Amino acid sequence: MSDAQIRIEQLVKSNDVVLFMKGTPLFPQCGFSSRAIAILERLGAPYETVDVLQDPDIRQGIKEYSDWPTVPQLYVKGEFVGGSDIMMEMFEAGELQQLVGAEA
Amino acid sequence: MPMVASEIETLIKASIPDAEVTIRDLAGDGDHYAARVVSRSFEGMSRIRQHQAVYAALGGRVGGELHALQLETAVPNTENLSE
Repeated sequence: MSDAQIRIEQLVKSNDVVLFMKGTPLFPQCGFSSRAIAILERLGAPYETVDVLQDPDIRQGIKEYSDWPTVPQLYVKGEFVGGSDIMMEMFEAGELQQLVGAEA
Repeated sequence: MPMVASEIETLIKASIPDAEVTIRDLAGDGDHYAARVVSRSFEGMSRIRQHQAVYAALGGRVGGELHALQLETAVPNTENLSE
Protein backbone atom coordinates (compact mmCIF):
# COMPACT_ATOMS: atom_id res chain seq x y z
CA MET A 1 0.00 0.00 0.00
CA SER A 2 1.40 3.39 -1.00
CA ASP A 3 1.94 6.20 1.46
CA ALA A 4 -1.10 8.07 0.08
CA GLN A 5 -3.33 5.00 0.48
CA ILE A 6 -2.19 4.57 4.07
CA ARG A 7 -2.90 8.22 4.86
CA ILE A 8 -6.33 8.01 3.21
CA GLU A 9 -7.15 4.86 5.16
CA GLN A 10 -6.21 6.63 8.39
CA LEU A 11 -8.40 9.65 7.54
CA VAL A 12 -11.34 7.45 6.64
CA LYS A 13 -11.04 5.19 9.68
CA SER A 14 -10.42 7.93 12.23
CA ASN A 15 -13.35 10.19 11.28
CA ASP A 16 -17.00 9.15 11.45
CA VAL A 17 -17.94 11.53 8.64
CA VAL A 18 -15.24 12.77 6.27
CA LEU A 19 -15.58 14.53 2.94
CA PHE A 20 -12.73 14.65 0.43
CA MET A 21 -13.38 17.84 -1.50
CA LYS A 22 -11.90 20.62 -3.60
CA GLY A 23 -11.36 23.63 -1.36
CA THR A 24 -12.69 24.16 2.14
CA PRO A 25 -16.22 24.30 3.58
CA LEU A 26 -16.02 28.12 3.53
CA PHE A 27 -14.45 28.28 0.08
CA PRO A 28 -15.38 25.24 -1.99
CA GLN A 29 -13.55 25.31 -5.34
CA CYS A 30 -16.10 23.34 -7.31
CA GLY A 31 -19.89 23.30 -7.57
CA PHE A 32 -20.12 19.63 -6.63
CA SER A 33 -18.02 20.11 -3.50
CA SER A 34 -20.15 23.13 -2.64
CA ARG A 35 -23.29 21.03 -2.96
CA ALA A 36 -21.80 18.27 -0.77
CA ILE A 37 -21.01 20.82 1.96
CA ALA A 38 -24.53 22.27 1.76
CA ILE A 39 -25.94 18.78 2.36
CA LEU A 40 -23.60 18.13 5.31
CA GLU A 41 -24.56 21.48 6.81
CA ARG A 42 -28.22 20.58 6.52
CA LEU A 43 -27.53 17.27 8.29
CA GLY A 44 -26.05 19.13 11.21
CA ALA A 45 -23.74 16.27 12.20
CA PRO A 46 -20.05 16.99 12.78
CA TYR A 47 -17.81 16.28 9.81
CA GLU A 48 -14.20 16.56 8.73
CA THR A 49 -13.03 17.68 5.32
CA VAL A 50 -9.85 17.03 3.35
CA ASP A 51 -8.90 19.52 0.63
CA VAL A 52 -7.49 17.40 -2.19
CA LEU A 53 -6.21 20.51 -3.98
CA GLN A 54 -3.61 20.85 -1.22
CA ASP A 55 -2.22 17.39 -1.80
CA PRO A 56 -1.71 15.87 -5.27
CA ASP A 57 -1.02 12.40 -3.80
CA ILE A 58 -4.33 12.39 -1.95
CA ARG A 59 -6.11 13.87 -4.98
CA GLN A 60 -4.99 10.97 -7.17
CA GLY A 61 -4.99 8.39 -4.39
CA ILE A 62 -8.59 8.91 -3.33
CA LYS A 63 -9.78 7.98 -6.84
CA GLU A 64 -7.91 4.69 -6.61
CA TYR A 65 -8.96 4.06 -3.01
CA SER A 66 -12.66 3.99 -3.88
CA ASP A 67 -12.45 3.23 -7.62
CA TRP A 68 -14.39 6.46 -8.14
CA PRO A 69 -13.23 9.02 -10.70
CA THR A 70 -14.39 12.27 -9.13
CA VAL A 71 -14.24 14.44 -6.02
CA PRO A 72 -16.12 15.12 -3.71
CA GLN A 73 -16.29 11.74 -2.00
CA LEU A 74 -18.08 11.10 1.27
CA TYR A 75 -17.08 8.41 3.79
CA VAL A 76 -19.20 7.53 6.79
CA LYS A 77 -17.98 5.18 9.51
CA GLY A 78 -15.16 3.94 7.31
CA GLU A 79 -17.34 3.20 4.28
CA PHE A 80 -17.44 4.99 0.94
CA VAL A 81 -20.91 6.46 0.47
CA GLY A 82 -20.62 8.20 -2.90
CA GLY A 83 -20.27 11.56 -4.60
CA SER A 84 -22.55 14.57 -4.39
CA ASP A 85 -25.28 13.08 -6.60
CA ILE A 86 -25.63 10.01 -4.38
CA MET A 87 -25.45 12.26 -1.30
CA MET A 88 -28.35 14.31 -2.66
CA GLU A 89 -30.43 11.25 -3.53
CA MET A 90 -29.82 9.75 -0.09
CA PHE A 91 -30.50 13.05 1.66
CA GLU A 92 -33.82 13.45 -0.15
CA ALA A 93 -34.76 9.88 0.77
CA GLY A 94 -33.82 10.47 4.42
CA GLU A 95 -31.16 7.75 4.23
CA LEU A 96 -28.16 9.98 4.77
CA GLN A 97 -29.62 11.30 8.01
CA GLN A 98 -29.97 7.71 9.24
CA LEU A 99 -26.48 6.79 8.14
CA VAL A 100 -24.76 9.59 10.04
CA GLY A 101 -27.18 9.29 12.94
CA ALA A 102 -28.38 12.88 12.63
CA GLU A 103 -31.72 14.03 14.01
CA ALA A 104 -34.25 14.32 11.19
CA MET B 1 -11.75 18.99 -24.42
CA PRO B 2 -15.53 19.31 -24.75
CA MET B 3 -17.64 16.29 -25.56
CA VAL B 4 -20.97 16.37 -27.31
CA ALA B 5 -24.01 14.97 -25.56
CA SER B 6 -24.71 12.39 -28.27
CA GLU B 7 -21.22 10.96 -27.78
CA ILE B 8 -21.90 10.43 -24.08
CA GLU B 9 -25.18 8.70 -24.87
CA THR B 10 -23.54 6.48 -27.50
CA LEU B 11 -20.80 5.39 -25.10
CA ILE B 12 -23.25 4.55 -22.31
CA LYS B 13 -25.49 2.56 -24.66
CA ALA B 14 -22.50 0.69 -26.07
CA SER B 15 -21.92 -0.98 -22.72
CA ILE B 16 -25.43 -0.78 -21.23
CA PRO B 17 -27.56 -1.60 -24.31
CA ASP B 18 -30.99 -1.29 -22.68
CA ALA B 19 -30.15 2.05 -21.08
CA GLU B 20 -32.58 4.89 -21.45
CA VAL B 21 -30.32 7.93 -21.42
CA THR B 22 -31.34 11.55 -20.93
CA ILE B 23 -28.59 14.16 -21.17
CA ARG B 24 -28.79 17.83 -20.24
CA ASP B 25 -26.03 20.32 -20.97
CA LEU B 26 -25.94 22.27 -17.71
CA ALA B 27 -23.69 25.16 -18.65
CA GLY B 28 -23.79 25.14 -22.44
CA ASP B 29 -20.02 24.68 -22.52
CA GLY B 30 -19.91 21.00 -23.49
CA ASP B 31 -18.19 20.24 -20.20
CA HIS B 32 -20.90 20.12 -17.55
CA TYR B 33 -23.62 17.59 -18.20
CA ALA B 34 -26.34 15.91 -16.24
CA ALA B 35 -27.26 12.40 -17.24
CA ARG B 36 -30.11 10.21 -16.16
CA VAL B 37 -29.60 6.54 -16.97
CA VAL B 38 -32.36 4.00 -16.51
CA SER B 39 -31.56 0.33 -17.01
CA ARG B 40 -32.77 -3.06 -15.85
CA SER B 41 -29.15 -4.10 -15.47
CA PHE B 42 -28.96 -1.86 -12.36
CA GLU B 43 -31.38 -4.08 -10.51
CA GLY B 44 -29.90 -5.34 -7.25
CA MET B 45 -26.88 -3.02 -7.54
CA SER B 46 -26.06 -0.39 -4.92
CA ARG B 47 -26.09 3.25 -6.01
CA ILE B 48 -22.31 3.22 -5.98
CA ARG B 49 -22.17 0.20 -8.32
CA GLN B 50 -24.77 1.75 -10.65
CA HIS B 51 -22.74 4.93 -10.96
CA GLN B 52 -19.52 2.95 -11.38
CA ALA B 53 -21.14 1.03 -14.26
CA VAL B 54 -21.84 4.32 -16.03
CA TYR B 55 -18.34 5.64 -15.30
CA ALA B 56 -16.92 2.41 -16.69
CA ALA B 57 -19.04 2.80 -19.83
CA LEU B 58 -17.49 6.23 -20.29
CA GLY B 59 -14.06 4.63 -20.13
CA GLY B 60 -12.25 6.92 -17.74
CA ARG B 61 -13.46 10.17 -19.33
CA VAL B 62 -15.33 11.32 -16.23
CA GLY B 63 -13.02 13.42 -14.10
CA GLY B 64 -10.75 13.98 -17.09
CA GLU B 65 -11.97 14.83 -20.58
CA LEU B 66 -15.43 15.21 -19.13
CA HIS B 67 -14.94 17.46 -16.12
CA ALA B 68 -18.08 16.49 -14.33
CA LEU B 69 -21.17 14.50 -14.96
CA GLN B 70 -24.09 14.95 -12.65
CA LEU B 71 -25.48 11.46 -12.58
CA GLU B 72 -28.77 9.88 -11.68
CA THR B 73 -29.39 6.18 -12.13
CA ALA B 74 -32.53 4.13 -11.75
CA VAL B 75 -34.10 0.76 -12.43
CA PRO B 76 -37.24 1.09 -14.61
CA ASN B 77 -39.78 -1.08 -12.81
CA THR B 78 -39.05 0.00 -9.24
CA GLU B 79 -38.97 3.67 -10.12
CA ASN B 80 -42.55 4.43 -9.22
CA LEU B 81 -42.41 2.35 -6.06
CA SER B 82 -39.57 4.38 -4.59
CA GLU B 83 -41.42 7.67 -4.94
